[in-house]
Amino acid sequence: MTAVAYAFVVTGVTLMALSGLGVLRLPDVLARLQAGTKAASLGLACVFAGAALLEPSVSAVVKLALSMLFVFATAPVAGHVIGRAAYEAGVPLWADTWADEALIEMDEDAGAAGSTGAAGNGDAAASGGANGGGGGTS
Amino acid sequence: MTVVDLALLALAAGFLAALARVIAGPSVADRAVAADVCFYAVVAALALLSVRLEAPALLDAVLIATMLGFVATISLARLVRRKK
Repeated sequence: MTAVAYAFVVTGVTLMALSGLGVLRLPDVLARLQAGTKAASLGLACVFAGAALLEPSVSAVVKLALSMLFVFATAPVAGHVIGRAAYEAGVPLWADTWADEALIEMDEDAGAAGSTGAAGNGDAAASGGANGGGGGTS
Repeated sequence: MTVVDLALLALAAGFLAALARVIAGPSVADRAVAADVCFYAVVAALALLSVRLEAPALLDAVLIATMLGFVATISLARLVRRKK
């Protein structure tokens, strides 16, 4: 039991350290986001599992399982929100980026919602109307 | 208990690497991502410290921190979006 717990702790801590290294070394905001979101959440879950195995009381296991559930529910959302905001704010991409498929959609978005506040941009790309006066022409 | 000590040292190394990106990051989004990683490292260190110090009250701090850190990240993302 203790060996399994230590294996979980070592795996999780290694993932967290590699996540910090990736955030420091990767060339791009979106690339750093990969290290900062996925590796960190998996490492945190492994550390929680190891801590729950090292201290197997009911309240500790319940709290750590709830924390793990929250991390797995919120870390992808947080990463997605930061990545989307950074992309829309126009952060410089890596020089060797070879696919930027959201660029055209974003340009249409900016053109369609340039006069207004550009707040709701989820459905603006789906409607696709460039400059229609009314709302739902198509 | 030396495994937990070494794990805490590795967490400190990851924290320092992310902290260097917080200081040096050229854009606000870099700092937001790196601060997120720093926060996760602190939460993991809290979970390990509750084992190391045998203080189960720290697990309450872990639970609250995982709930509130999401709100902090979302507000940082709003700040990133505003810096257009």
